[in-house]
Amino acid sequence: MTAVLPARPATTPGEVPELLLEVAAVAHAADGVRALTLRHPDGAPLPGYAPGSHVVLTCGDRRNAYSLTGEGAPGEAYRISVLLRPDGRGGSAFVHGLAVGDRLAVSWPRSAFAPVATARHHVLVAGGIGITPMLSHARAAVRWGRSFELVYGHRPGAGAHREEVAAVCGERLTVHESTPGMLDAVAAVLADRPIGTHVYVCGPAPLIDFVERTAEELGWPAERVHAERFSADLDPGEPFTAHLSRSGVRVPVPPGVSLLAALEGAGVAVPSTCRQGVCGECRVAVVSGRPLHRDLYLSEAERSAGDAVMCCVSRSLDDHLGLDL
Amino acid sequence: MTTTLPPRVARFPFPFPAETYRYATNVEPARRPVRTAGGTWGEHVVDVDDDYALDIALRRAVLAADPTRCAQLPHMRVAAWDALTTLLPELAAIRPDVVALHRRGDRWQWRNDLLGTSSSFVLGDDDSVPGGPLAFLGSQVQEDVVLLDQREGSLWADAGLVTFAADWSLGFDVGMRFQEVHGPVPRVHESGVVARAEQFLMRLQPGDAYRRTNWTMTVDRRLDTSTETYPDWGRDRRLVVDDPALPDRLHLRVEVQHLLRLGVSNAVCFLIRTHLLSLRELATVPEWRRRTAAVLSELPDDMAAYKGIERYRHAAASWLAGG
Ligand code: HEM
Ligand code: FES
Repeated sequence: MTAVLPARPATTPGEVPELLLEVAAVAHAADGVRALTLRHPDGAPLPGYAPGSHVVLTCGDRRNAYSLTGEGAPGEAYRISVLLRPDGRGGSAFVHGLAVGDRLAVSWPRSAFAPVATARHHVLVAGGIGITPMLSHARAAVRWGRSFELVYGHRPGAGAHREEVAAVCGERLTVHESTPGMLDAVAAVLADRPIGTHVYVCGPAPLIDFVERTAEELGWPAERVHAERFSADLDPGEPFTAHLSRSGVRVPVPPGVSLLAALEGAGVAVPSTCRQGVCGECRVAVVSGRPLHRDLYLSEAERSAGDAVMCCVSRSLDDHLGLDL
Repeated sequence: MTTTLPPRVARFPFPFPAETYRYATNVEPARRPVRTAGGTWGEHVVDVDDDYALDIALRRAVLAADPTRCAQLPHMRVAAWDALTTLLPELAAIRPDVVALHRRGDRWQWRNDLLGTSSSFVLGDDDSVPGGPLAFLGSQVQEDVVLLDQREGSLWADAGLVTFAADWSLGFDVGMRFQEVHGPVPRVHESGVVARAEQFLMRLQPGDAYRRTNWTMTVDRRLDTSTETYPDWGRDRRLVVDDPALPDRLHLRVEVQHLLRLGVSNAVCFLIRTHLLSLRELATVPEWRRRTAAVLSELPDDMAAYKGIERYRHAAASWLAGG
């Protein structure tokens, strides 16, 4: 096989580049947990990712983030495991309704929970469906010879990927089916691992809180404690209308479309380079309305003056934003 | 514009967007061709030109004389493999006529007709690849490479193979934070250029590819102007001023720098590709000649001194303006 990966298209914030993937397999991973394997319809290899990465699935009219459970080597299929949440907003039900051969839009992998390369030892703590990013961490740790252990707590009989996790981790796995047992085990591990150990936790909020609190009490520096928090992507934002004061033109800016892209779409040329809010090129003077600053370029004083906006990433707090264009 | 410009001119990444030059966080999405007054550049992240075999041979010689040009802290092993297994496919994709990559599981086979070599290695097995993955990468691409680890809210220049540095030293910088690496650069700290750049780089996601250009000047077609070899090239900066061959000896040195987030290791990969064009070659494009003269004569003294061009920049500007 020649191994040429697709080039990721450049996009503006709020737009995440997407792959159109096909469901290649559906499996039962535990009660209420469906494991999906996703491939490129024409077999093209998929981009690699760091352990703990997630993808954003377009589930009908909503977008949900799910952790990838594989090792992350370029070319492998993507695997996700989704717990059905009957009281959720419908994303998990959508995924549970998918069958082999269905196609869906999947973002490029997003990394926000990678292992720290300088760590001497990695303690992975998973509660319930929080096992998904940890499975990825464990696989990659085995592949690259990193020192690790996994503490996995789940309700009796409801452990997703139990056998796979055991096969990957061997001796390095401990499993707990009661909450007190799990918390005691985590506290014991945190109490006596060598300096230079990092801990990673994913699971229900009380478990994350427990790990953070216990680590702090035991004097762990905060940089050694990592909790899964999904995507820090810029959100698509609220719709608004740009009023161009010189030409009198009105340009609607829908969610997920940048002000810059909307202006360009309306035939208004604005210089731009980075389209990421850092280079300073796309600055536009504001004549009315309050900008919602999301760039890295303007100083605090310029922000509060409110008379300029970096239109590649920033939006509007008000329904109308008047621009000197 | 004529169509007869030699490739070195036609492919030159002319770095001056305006009549004056100041530092900025001048990043833009990669893989988009840029049209210049002389031609085009910038279609690919790695680039192969007519000097390929020469540059690769030169890198090998520089490394043999000074192995500290390739440095890697132990925790950068995954990143080094990641860089190799990301960039060989890039090269294969753009030059299928001269290189070929085949993978079976973890065994990679690589044939390079430009060098007349073929190799095979096992992904993750450092001993299977001569000199390790980073050294092997450096024997296949013309670019210099720095790999940055991201941790504790900073980027750290923890590995690299740099044989063509413009007056800096990888051996000195390895293990430093991004901010410290930029310590000697004037203006960029007060103006927030470096802080913004680091924030931007830390937000890069797997597969993201951006680029920027940077420039200075060099006497003769000398790629290795690292701090270590200063005694070999430093005095030429003084001697060239009175040399009648100045327009042929002085080169505008432009680095096309790519910034990639590697997927598997989460490292930032910084690629530096150095292009040299003599003033005489530059002057064949009238717009470049005029603009370079303007930039060189206006450049503030602190920036000129930092770049090491303060002795000859006015001589260069006046040749370009008048000659
Ligand atoms: C957006 C990203 C970046 C920006 C805006 C930036 C900006 C700059 C600027 C303005 C200079 C001065 C150049 C001159 O006048 O000749 C410089 C020098 C330098 N940069 Fe960067 N840089 C970036 C990324 C990087 C990265 C990723 C590295 C990797 C380690 C790096 C390493 C260096 C080094 C080694 C120097 C020379 C410093 C010295 O004199 O010792 N830069 N950079
Ligand atoms: S285009 Fe660079 S800040 Fe907007």
